Amino acid sequence: MSVTDSMYQQIILDHYKHPNNRGELSQFDAEVHHVNPTCGDEVTLRVRLADGEIAELGWVGEGCSISQASTSVMSDLVVGSSVSDALELQEKFLQLMQSQGHPDLSEEEIDALDDAIAFEGVSQYPARVKCALLGWMAMKSAVAEATASAESRSASTQAGE
Amino acid sequence: MFDVEVIRKDFPILSRHVHGVPLVYLDSANTSQKPQAVLDTLNDYYVNHNANVARAVHTLGSEATLLFEQARDKVAAFINAPRREEVVFTKNSSEALNLVAYSLSNASTTPGAERFRVGPGDNIVVTEMEHHSNLVPWQLLAQRTGAEFRYIPIDEQGRLVDSAIDERVDEHTKVLAFVHQSNALGTVNDVARLVGRAKAVGALTVIDASQSAPHRPLDVQALGADFVAFTGHKLYGPTGVGVLWGRYELLAAMPPFLGGGEMIETVDMSGTTFAAPPHRFEAGTPMIAEAIGLGAAIDYLTAIGMDNVQAHEAELTTYALQELMKVPDLKIIGPESPLDRGATISFTIKGIHPHDVSQLLDEFGIAVRAGHHCARPVCVRYGIAATTRASFGIYTTTAEIDALVAGVIKVQEMFG
Repeated sequence: MSVTDSMYQQIILDHYKHPNNRGELSQFDAEVHHVNPTCGDEVTLRVRLADGEIAELGWVGEGCSISQASTSVMSDLVVGSSVSDALELQEKFLQLMQSQGHPDLSEEEIDALDDAIAFEGVSQYPARVKCALLGWMAMKSAVAEATASAESRSASTQAGE
Repeated sequence: MFDVEVIRKDFPILSRHVHGVPLVYLDSANTSQKPQAVLDTLNDYYVNHNANVARAVHTLGSEATLLFEQARDKVAAFINAPRREEVVFTKNSSEALNLVAYSLSNASTTPGAERFRVGPGDNIVVTEMEHHSNLVPWQLLAQRTGAEFRYIPIDEQGRLVDSAIDERVDEHTKVLAFVHQSNALGTVNDVARLVGRAKAVGALTVIDASQSAPHRPLDVQALGADFVAFTGHKLYGPTGVGVLWGRYELLAAMPPFLGGGEMIETVDMSGTTFAAPPHRFEAGTPMIAEAIGLGAAIDYLTAIGMDNVQAHEAELTTYALQELMKVPDLKIIGPESPLDRGATISFTIKGIHPHDVSQLLDEFGIAVRAGHHCARPVCVRYGIAATTRASFGIYTTTAEIDALVAGVIKVQEMFG
């Protein structure tokens, strides 16, 4: 097998060895813990939102390289972006992972996915798709939780006025 | 004369390429590949003899029945069973083991089956290294009957803690079920020791021989247990067929597991009487082609000689342990000595998840298994999520072991 066909693109190995945004946030709006029983992968992820953006995201985890690298790539892409853009990107990544090696993505979508496109090869291995999705699903849950708690805070503030 | 290169020619799949490189198949403990003789037998059965067994009086029916029962004779001879009626065909090892567990369960409400009853105050003992197939059926039996479920622990080297055997197996033990050769660790257990202790307290003994039957001569009389289970697909035969061997006097007294066609003597709306073993435990149309295919696999192995198979695999195991242990940061999970262990080697590599190891090895054409190998308590015991497991068979070569070691080193370089 040639290196370019490998599921293990250099970008994936680099992120596994040197993950980004790894660590615990001291101030956060939501924390989630997701596991992938296939490989026993785990990720605990915290987010802080500000002005409709993901201001900060920190994660800790252990498991296979696909799960850990994918979480690192995801964190790079969504920190500083709006919540709606982050969730849209998550949808695109999910689509990529469900493509079984034949993604139907536009040039713009491929550009938006950036380094995450390196995981395209994983989509051919159904057993490993959950590894690649772990961090992305955790981000989606954390953002939803943070948004919900922000809304309930603002509702209670308004009710108190 | 055992010549692995000659044997390899009998297995068409071994000439396959994956990802553009020749296949190195090191997952025989998961399932073995099938020799041409087995494939030809399956084809010949369906092309020339296919009919249902034990009921049709026409020529094809007679031929199918004869072939099916001849397969039983082959199995009986292969395991040195005193009687052919002691060989029950099942779907696989799991079904064979469940058959015993459910028959004991059914004894609770069967008049005359009191000796097989298990209940509160009794205990059922397994080992910490069981495959789930020889663990869960007993755990469930304990739950259904109120018996206590116990296990014999394993030590750091993947051996049973000997002092625990006499302690866990006591005068209240009704069943001792244990694996002959561990699928996760490769450990070969001391059958005489375990069966001896069980006999001393009057417990029934059940051996899971799924991982030993393909790799060493299996003599049920020498093992001395009451029941021995194994599966066809690891024994170079087809999937869908397994074997339960049981002592005739026990099988003849045990209540059925599944009810249906062919397991009856006479059926009346007021009740049913049952056929004698083995048919009592073979409800419904059996796996005819698969059993006949298993017979062909046994012929194939018998021609090679199980002593030769054992000697070949002992050489492979010694070589593989020696070569793998030279790899830095590689830890063998299971016995590091080739003594009393089989050709199944589990290992971990520091800093690299077993799923990454096996996935990358696959990209190099090497098929190994990663995971808990359906023996999760073993991983729990050693505090690991999973292992990578290489397992060998009659067609494995030392060159393939070299490829594995080179592959592992390459994986380490990529992750380094």
